[in-house]
Amino acid sequence: MPTITVDKAALFKELEREYTTEEFDELCFEFGIELDEDTSQSTKPEDQAQPPQLKIEIPANRYDMLCFEGIALNLRVFLEKQQLPKWTLSPPKSGELETLTVKEETTQIRPLVSGVVLRNINFTQERYDSFIALQDKLHQNLARQRTLVSIGTHDLDTIKGPFTYEALAPEEIKFVPLNQSKELNGKELMEFYDKDKHLGRFLHIIRDSPVYPVIYDSNRTVLSLPPIINGNHSKITLDTKNVLVEITALDKTKVEIVNHILVAMFAGYAESIEPLKIVSPHNNESREAPDLTPRVFPAEVDYLNQVTGLDLAPEEIAKLLAKMGHDVKQSSSDKNILDVAVPITRADVLHQADIMEDYAIAYGFNKLPRFYPNKSSAVAAPLPINKLADIVRHESASAGWTEVLPLILCSHEENFAWLNRKDDGTTAIKLANPKTAEYQLVRTSLLPGLLKTINSNKHHAVPIKVFEVSDVGFKDESQERKTRNERHFGAAIMGKTSGFEQVHGLLDRLMLMLRSIFITREDGLKNAKLGGYWIEEVDGVDPTFLQGHSAAIKLNIDGKNHTIGVFGILHPSVLQKFELPYPVSTIEFNLEVFM
Amino acid sequence: MAGGTRGPVPVPLKTEEHNVTQDVLDLLESKQPLQTSEDFPSIPQAEIKAALDRLASRSMVEYQAHDSEQVLLTAEAESIVADGSHEFKVWKAVKDAGKVPIKEIANIVGAESAKVGQGNAFKNKWIKKDGDALVLVADTVQDATRNLLKGIQDTKTLSDNKTLNELKKRKLVTVTKVIDYSVTKGPKYAKEIPVEVTDLTADMLASGAWETANFKPYNFNALGASQDAGSLHPLNKVRQEFRNVFFSQGFVEMPTNHYVDSGFWNFDALFVPQQHPARDVQDTFFISDPPKADKPRADPITEATMDTMEAGSRKLFAKPNEVGEKPKSRDFEKYWQNVQDVHQKGAFGSVGYRYPWSADECLRLVLRTHTTAVSTWVLHRLAENPRPARYFSIDRVFRNETVDATHLAEFHQIEGVIADFGLTLGGLMRFLEDFFSKMGLENLRFKPAYNPYTEPSMEIFGFHKGLNRWIEIGNSGLFRPEMLEPMGLPKDMRVYGFGLSLERPTMMKYGVNNIRELLGHKVDLTWIKEQPAVRLEKD
Repeated sequence: MPTITVDKAALFKELEREYTTEEFDELCFEFGIELDEDTSQSTKPEDQAQPPQLKIEIPANRYDMLCFEGIALNLRVFLEKQQLPKWTLSPPKSGELETLTVKEETTQIRPLVSGVVLRNINFTQERYDSFIALQDKLHQNLARQRTLVSIGTHDLDTIKGPFTYEALAPEEIKFVPLNQSKELNGKELMEFYDKDKHLGRFLHIIRDSPVYPVIYDSNRTVLSLPPIINGNHSKITLDTKNVLVEITALDKTKVEIVNHILVAMFAGYAESIEPLKIVSPHNNESREAPDLTPRVFPAEVDYLNQVTGLDLAPEEIAKLLAKMGHDVKQSSSDKNILDVAVPITRADVLHQADIMEDYAIAYGFNKLPRFYPNKSSAVAAPLPINKLADIVRHESASAGWTEVLPLILCSHEENFAWLNRKDDGTTAIKLANPKTAEYQLVRTSLLPGLLKTINSNKHHAVPIKVFEVSDVGFKDESQERKTRNERHFGAAIMGKTSGFEQVHGLLDRLMLMLRSIFITREDGLKNAKLGGYWIEEVDGVDPTFLQGHSAAIKLNIDGKNHTIGVFGILHPSVLQKFELPYPVSTIEFNLEVFM
Repeated sequence: MAGGTRGPVPVPLKTEEHNVTQDVLDLLESKQPLQTSEDFPSIPQAEIKAALDRLASRSMVEYQAHDSEQVLLTAEAESIVADGSHEFKVWKAVKDAGKVPIKEIANIVGAESAKVGQGNAFKNKWIKKDGDALVLVADTVQDATRNLLKGIQDTKTLSDNKTLNELKKRKLVTVTKVIDYSVTKGPKYAKEIPVEVTDLTADMLASGAWETANFKPYNFNALGASQDAGSLHPLNKVRQEFRNVFFSQGFVEMPTNHYVDSGFWNFDALFVPQQHPARDVQDTFFISDPPKADKPRADPITEATMDTMEAGSRKLFAKPNEVGEKPKSRDFEKYWQNVQDVHQKGAFGSVGYRYPWSADECLRLVLRTHTTAVSTWVLHRLAENPRPARYFSIDRVFRNETVDATHLAEFHQIEGVIADFGLTLGGLMRFLEDFFSKMGLENLRFKPAYNPYTEPSMEIFGFHKGLNRWIEIGNSGLFRPEMLEPMGLPKDMRVYGFGLSLERPTMMKYGVNNIRELLGHKVDLTWIKEQPAVRLEKD
């Protein structure tokens, strides 16, 4: 969630009263924003050195509150100090609009553009700073770090239309970037900003494209190289009177949202909002931007009242919705329908559910009637595999073992090399983007976690007896998600002696609890219908274990024979890898077959 | 076993060297009562006490402790008792010499005595100044300070509190506490501790020796023998409590036993747009191998599991003609198309996000970031036969977070889902009040919040008595129509969703500050073993 810092005194002036921190916190709570900090309560010297600031967390979908102007406006409307303004376009008296012509080549890299002209704007330092900061916030959030949308603002009096939006080879684009003195071409610019902390992270958006997007005026002055940087020539200053805003994008919806937000937040400081004529016939995007008409959304009175548990008349609903910026009229054709004019600021409204929420917020969440509307009951049931796992967990603890909960994710070497196991590429689910080598894959065995837990507890008196009942993950082509979990039981004992007969005893105990009897190998092999389990020396060599000291666990269940797991004395090289000072025996088996 | 803390009789081994117990028994033979401070002045009090306890537990002696204060002289005061006070020394020097130049006096009595003693001797009118020399005034004097201190030295007491405080201030005396025991013979007094048996044995029962045996007394002040107990992990103990709350309210557990899900189930089906920050590589673990999911399709195994779990409620609530009827199976292709539409161009009364929706993005595999991916699957299944239903899960979820004291890449999410017709927002609040009251949290408040798949969304705040402030305890909301209607659920069916992490309440319950000490391999086994049982309603 974005956090916006605003001047406390200036905001309270807008709200026409003083609030204590608690009172303002309460207002935020009711409205659904969050007061993170009031710096007047801070003891940090840097906070005390400046006028008190309020740090306010804004929900991620409220782009209309990403600056001081938006927070003040929405709270004023919520507190019924004013109605939300109705923004309208004013074409110049001459009727000649500024024009931006889009060349078809832009479809290769950044096909969409929008814009607007703000006439006779009156900047102060605060307003100017807020204007710049809002663009930053929009770039970070809605624009996904400038990938989807990017904004350029220009002093219109320094440039001359008609403007063109083009896509050219990097070397052909030459200009002096914002706040620089040297002219660079597109290629040089990439090198110049490569190490730049702020801009460096946006370069990838266009760097490898054969053409870069660029906006020119009629004198071939570069306005901007979206989404990286503006030209220095048309830079806006405190003295700028007429602002040309250009917005380039990949996303048709978001480009207009950004335009709306900029207009709604800053048109208040300008004399008029002048549309920009976009000429873009090749993709049917020729139009005058922006369209400031509110979207009219039909909302059902029944629905609004039913979900909120209220029973208010349409007029009262309308009054409450006005606090959230909506202009509501009763539909002429249907008494149950309210025609809600959703303002340009509220791109977050997608469905009447959003209007219903606004209704509930305006009424006050905590004032809504709190009663449970239905008396329907249900029948509880545990997930069978969890029920089975709980049996094994409780029996293991009763047998004197301690339950541990290591992580599911582990490193590749912990899961394979450290256990002397090889990755044949068919089992483990691998992560594409872990931040550390600790999390490279979903474990295929419970052993790494158990052994790491023992390692962290080397100070503990031996013997250490730990177990875990949890899932491991495997690749599985037969599944929709190409993977499956498998519930395993695992245990490990570290002591002065190997503990082999301890894990063996634990196996016997659990099998007894799971109604599996001990049978001989001969009987078990002869007759798969004979239910029960036996153990036998592992076939060949299992390098995880000391040779001759590992046993496969064989189970006959439901007429089928399974090898469900293995136990044994860990090979000393495994101990060395996990840095374990004493002998360790482990057991691990699959529980799913008992389902 | 730490020395002296467990076992029947904690006697410090040192006692054996002095054999204080035997000394006490020996002396009692001739002297009764004996006073330990007088009779054993050199043996430390702790050793005396241990010996007396040992004897008293066998009824061989009885003793009473007397607390008293002793006034002891400091080194300076002791020298005063020996040589007289400073003023006395000055007076004596003048008396001996008849007349002493002021400059000389320090050479005779020392700088300290000269400094303090002159003034006092003047005040007492013992001496006076004669030019720059000191001469005698009084021929004989009483050295009151010395006498006072001598008295204290003899009696180790001083009854006058005012004087005592003054002496303390002048650093002439200190006051210490002493414990003195007066000891008399007990009913079982003997010259020696008799031979004792430590425990009743089978042999003693067989031989009858138990009848005459002299049992070593049990120390009732020590802990019993350590139990080599197994134990369940505290996080799972809290998990079980939450499960019990859900079961008591008729919730069916969801099949969360797959960590990997597709973008479709984890995000798209929940109406999370494909450009949402949660789908960033910074936040979500994507899977590189296997490369790609299938489109959503039937999953007969999980389906059968759900059928088994819901058999009870199906039977109980079935109308007579419904028994045995199989509801029509759902159309996954249509669901896929509906989800695409609601994102890309709007549908089901929603204008949608209006962006070009990518099927490939949908089929990317991720480690589920929330169990709501499974709730979505379960709700889609519910669309086959829309009816009131309650589902819950508590299972592991994954976030590509930078690990710190409160964040791990894995944690457990507790999630509840209630589907019914005609549900209200106030009803959700009411339900949550009831749910959290089982954890002793009352007076909930709800804050409007944003979540892409619930509308309205409410953060749940409870007043924490321990911390004395409102804390966020969970999230809740009504699932968006854009999530439910593409599944085929009817428009008037509402679905509550609510969730919280398992770790946070557990950390609060057990006072754990670092999540790594709770979940993962760094947990301390002793800590696991020693955490008490969880009774959410009690503490």
